[in-house]
Order: sequence, then structure tokens, then C-alpha cells
Amino acid sequence: MSKTLFDKVWDSHVVQQIEDGPDVLFIDRHLVHEVTSPVAFLGLKNRGVKVMSPKRTFATADHNTPTINQHLPVADLLSANQLKALEENANEHGISYWGLGHEKNGIVHVVGPEYGITQPGATIVCGDSHTSTHGAFGAIAFGIGTSEVEMVLSTQCIMQPKPKTMRINVNGSLNKGVTPKDLALFIISKLSTSGATGYFVEYAGEVFRSLSMEGRMTVCNLSIEMGARGGIIAPDEKTFEYIKDREFTQKGAAWDKAMTYWSTLKTDEDATFDKEHTFKGDAIEPMITYGTNPGMGMGISGGIPTAESVDGGVATYKKSLDYMGYKEGESMIGKKIDFVFLGSCTNGRIEDFRAFTEIVEGKKKADHVTAWLVPGSHKVLNAIKEEGLLNTLEAAGFELREPGCSACLAMNDDKIPAGKYAVSTSNRNFEGRQGPGSRTLLASPTVAAAAAVTGVVTDPRSLV
Amino acid sequence: MAYDKFNILKSSAVPLPIENIDTDQIIPARFLKATERVGFGDNLFRDWRYNQDDSLKSEFPLNDKRYSGKILVGGKNFGSGSSREHAAWAVYDYGFRCVVSSFFADIFRNNCLNIGVLPVQVSAGFLQKIFSAIDSESDSKFTIDLPKQTITIDSSGEFENFKINSYKKDNMLNGFDDIDYLMNIKDQIGEFAKNTPL
Repeated sequence: MSKTLFDKVWDSHVVQQIEDGPDVLFIDRHLVHEVTSPVAFLGLKNRGVKVMSPKRTFATADHNTPTINQHLPVADLLSANQLKALEENANEHGISYWGLGHEKNGIVHVVGPEYGITQPGATIVCGDSHTSTHGAFGAIAFGIGTSEVEMVLSTQCIMQPKPKTMRINVNGSLNKGVTPKDLALFIISKLSTSGATGYFVEYAGEVFRSLSMEGRMTVCNLSIEMGARGGIIAPDEKTFEYIKDREFTQKGAAWDKAMTYWSTLKTDEDATFDKEHTFKGDAIEPMITYGTNPGMGMGISGGIPTAESVDGGVATYKKSLDYMGYKEGESMIGKKIDFVFLGSCTNGRIEDFRAFTEIVEGKKKADHVTAWLVPGSHKVLNAIKEEGLLNTLEAAGFELREPGCSACLAMNDDKIPAGKYAVSTSNRNFEGRQGPGSRTLLASPTVAAAAAVTGVVTDPRSLV
Repeated sequence: MAYDKFNILKSSAVPLPIENIDTDQIIPARFLKATERVGFGDNLFRDWRYNQDDSLKSEFPLNDKRYSGKILVGGKNFGSGSSREHAAWAVYDYGFRCVVSSFFADIFRNNCLNIGVLPVQVSAGFLQKIFSAIDSESDSKFTIDLPKQTITIDSSGEFENFKINSYKKDNMLNGFDDIDYLMNIKDQIGEFAKNTPL
């Protein structure tokens, strides 16, 4: 029978099917961070159980770590306590731990691919919804809750109802100045923040094929923002080229054996999906969000939609615009902004720093803008220096911080103050997401760079 | 860890007629720093419930004395966003045992089921009837009957069926959790692991 890529990977990992219940799904790789794991480890302790497969388990610290002075003790006591708990749990169970100060430390979804932990055809979970990132390699990757973290730690399995399948095709090519982030924000704006709930999405078509692995990661990362369980892109030469020779990638005969498996990872020609959407790549322009969920995005040159023109309740829509301090019909171009955040598991990779630097080169950061540029990992940080981007950024008045989740979620010291506007390359513009009362405009690194040098929302195409 | 058994719940409800309530609203990230599962109820809907000086926002339904009970009723797409199970813990710890909405985000729904909070998905029309019932009488009672899979507006007797798979239903009725199940088939999992390609 014809199968989708998703079906192939899922079905080959089912240990047991429960009638009128979930599947018992085997997990190949389990990524662990400090926030969603301590209660799971406590559960293991209470049951007197050890981690079943320490070699399939990888721990790093990212959510509540500071992004300056990482060589000093973490000042926030609760954060320090949580980091200590992860280190102790990792040591006790024999799990590799890349803590603060470790050369491999970074955002869990950035370092996983960098070291070859992320692989095609694997099942990958983490107590973090943006685990969908790893789908860029043809893996089934999704976020789980702490009870499920405990399941995977103790039995290397979770119990999940099989999601439905959706394919999103984007054909043609992207226009100049349009990035993978714009592509994703465009799709989410079309499907809404809940439009893919219950589905696992395969991204297909020329536009996704043409993206770099970094770009594919940005797209898959944002799958959860339309409610999808995850997103997946069939592996190809770019994928294999990316993972080859990385630390945890198979070598020699093991690589050849893995390639035999990986070469089967594509959707059969006549396989069908429960739902399908098709868009044209050249219909997309640089995007920006104006509201309080990622579905509230628009082409940067347009006007804020009216309540009547969008799906959903009018009261909820107006509450959202009130929070943002915006009105229906207004243009976003020219809106004053206070902060710019470049980073996160969505846009904290080298390609994102290249895109940002290209725009700010030879210009100056606007005086009233506070800019936080936070690499996703030490590897990214080193590449920024080696490629000479740091010099260009510094000449334009920018500083670089140390790796971590930073201002994406207001769990560490990097918080946007109440009432302030931040153009952010992260993934969520929920009320207070970047700090109590903060107001977030999600955008690409390119749009963020244009805002950073002009101090207002600016179409980056007008600067090049 | 086994959790509370759920059978029939008869209670008044707290209404939150807002759509797309995300888990950052249910519990903001800065309150996720505990290493034990205690005290999350205090920070449920923290930034909607409290002003920045920690005084209560009197107009928010959780602070409105007219509303109480073990059922939380939210607008469409409840629990979107972050996978933090702390959101479900906060709902439970505050005293809710059931969340009703016309649509749930996947991870939040799973998290609820894994800790013994019953997510009840109703039609958009029935959700509106629930809000209207609470609107006309703030302490309106509702009956959630898990064995029969029904939710009833007690004052009118109107009811609707809701879905839950029989495995999870059995777990909820008996207070079993998935880890108990998985631990029992660990040998089978071990055998499976030997033949995985990665």
C-alpha cells in the first residue's frame, strides 16, 4: 500500500497498537532540558527506575540560562537550582550533559542537528513544543509534556494517538527579500494558529526543496504555531551532506547501512493525505505579525485586517489589537519599535546572522533601539566570529550575547519591559511572552535588521 | 504515579469566553522554575489574574466571586503553544478537574489526560449554551458523566456526547497512568529496540 513519509517512519516505530487507544511509539532520540525534566526525574526516583537508554538521551541547558557573563554563577537562585538538578540527574543516570559553559552548550534544537543527533527517519521527542524543528531532516519530531518525558526516560516509549496527515505544497520560488521565516508566517496566517491541530504536516514542493537545512529547520520549527503535531521534509542530498561527518553521525559501514534506510524516506507517488494545501511561492512578501498569536501575520506592506475579515471571534480579535495598541486597517510600516531580538530555536542559526548582517552592514543601529543578538549555540557564535560577521555587526553598533533561549520566553534575565514593542525573530507573540506586558512583532532576521537600523517597522526591500 | 479517579462530576463552572488561550497565559514561563510539582495553582493565569503590583484584577472570572467550581470553560483552541505540562498542573492544582472547550490543542489535551484532568470537547453551539447558562445564572450546575461520555446543563437537561478513546477512558475511571502500562511491557520494548535501524 502507498504510504506517506510520515506513515513510513511512524509505522516502523510502533511497538504495540492498543485497540481504540494510542500507539506505543519507540523513541530513537530524547532531548532533555532543565525546565520540563526535573519532575520527570523525580518520578523515576519515586518508582525506583533508572533511565532505560542513556545513550539515546541528551541533556543541555538553555531556557533559563543568562546570555551574558556565563562564566559567573547564575544569579537567579531558582534557575541555578533547576540547572543543578539537571546536572545531577544527568550524572546519576549516565546521560551526556552539555551545561552552561560547555563548548557544546546551546539551544536544544540548534545543537541537536549540529552534532548529528538529529537524523532522518528517527523519532525524536523533547519536553518542548519546538521539537518540530528536527522534522527538517525527515524525522518525526514533536514536543511532549513532562509525564511523557518520564515515560521516555523510563521505557524509551510514549503513547500517542496517530495524528492525521496534511501536505502543504509551495511551488515556484520565493521573491528576493523573502526568507524561510516569511514562508512559515505566511502559511500560518493562511491556516490560522489552530489550522493544523491534529495533523502532522509534510512540506513539499520546489520552494522547500530549494531551502537550506537552516531554512527548513525554521519552517519545521514553526509547525506547532499552526497547531500541527509536527512538520517533516523528505531528506535529500542537502540533508545527507549536512549530517555527514558530524560527531554522532554513523561512520563507514554504519553510514552505508543508514543510507539504505534513509533512501526509502519519501512519500509514495500515489499516497494520499487527509488534507492538502497548495500555495505559490511568489505570492509571499516579507511578513510581520500585528496581534497576539502567530496566525495574526500579514505582508509587511499591507494593512492590519479588520475583525470582520478574519475567522474567529470579534471580541478575541479586538482584545488582541487592544493589547498591541494597534487599530484595524492601520499600516505596520513606520510603527515605532523599542527592541530587536535576533535568536531562538527559530532563527538563531548562522544563516540568520548572515541575513541580519547583510542588511545592517554599513548602517548604524537606531539610537533608541535595544538590540539583543543571541546565537543559538557556541558553534553558531564561533562561526559568526570566523566569518567576520562580528566585525560588521560591531561597526554598525551591535553587540553579541552568549547562547541561550534568551528573550524568546522571558524565563531568564532577557525580558522586554511592559508596553514596549519588540521585533523578534522568535516564534510566539502571545501576551507577555517576552516579559509581562511586552508586545511582540514576529518577523524574519531581515525584517528585524531593517527595524534595528531605522527604529521603525521597515520593509527590508527598501534598504537594499 | 497514579492520579485521582474520575467518574461523574457535578459542579458549577468558571467561564473564560476567550479564544486561543495559550499555555503562556495559563502559566507564564517565569513560574516554571520549580523542581517539584507544587504550588502551580497560585500562578494559574497569573498575568490575567493579578496586576503588576500583585493586587487582584477583580474583573477576571477567577477573581469574580460569582464563579466557582471544578469545571473551567474556555473558548475555541484552548491550550495552544508551549508543551509545558505545568499548565495542566496549574489547572489541576487550582482545583479544576475538567476543562471544557470547542477545540483543544493536542499537547495540552494529552497533558491533561496524563494527570487526570478531563478535557471535554463540545460543539461550538453547545459551548455557547454553556456560556449562556452561566451568564443567566452564575452558579449553573453541569454534570460530566465519564462512563456515559455526556456533559449536561443541569438546569435545562440539555446534553451532548463527548469523545474519549476507551484506553484513556479506562485510565481516567481507574486512576491508572501510561507509565504503569509501559513498565509492564518493558521486555517487549527491549526486544523492539534491538532491531531499530538508528
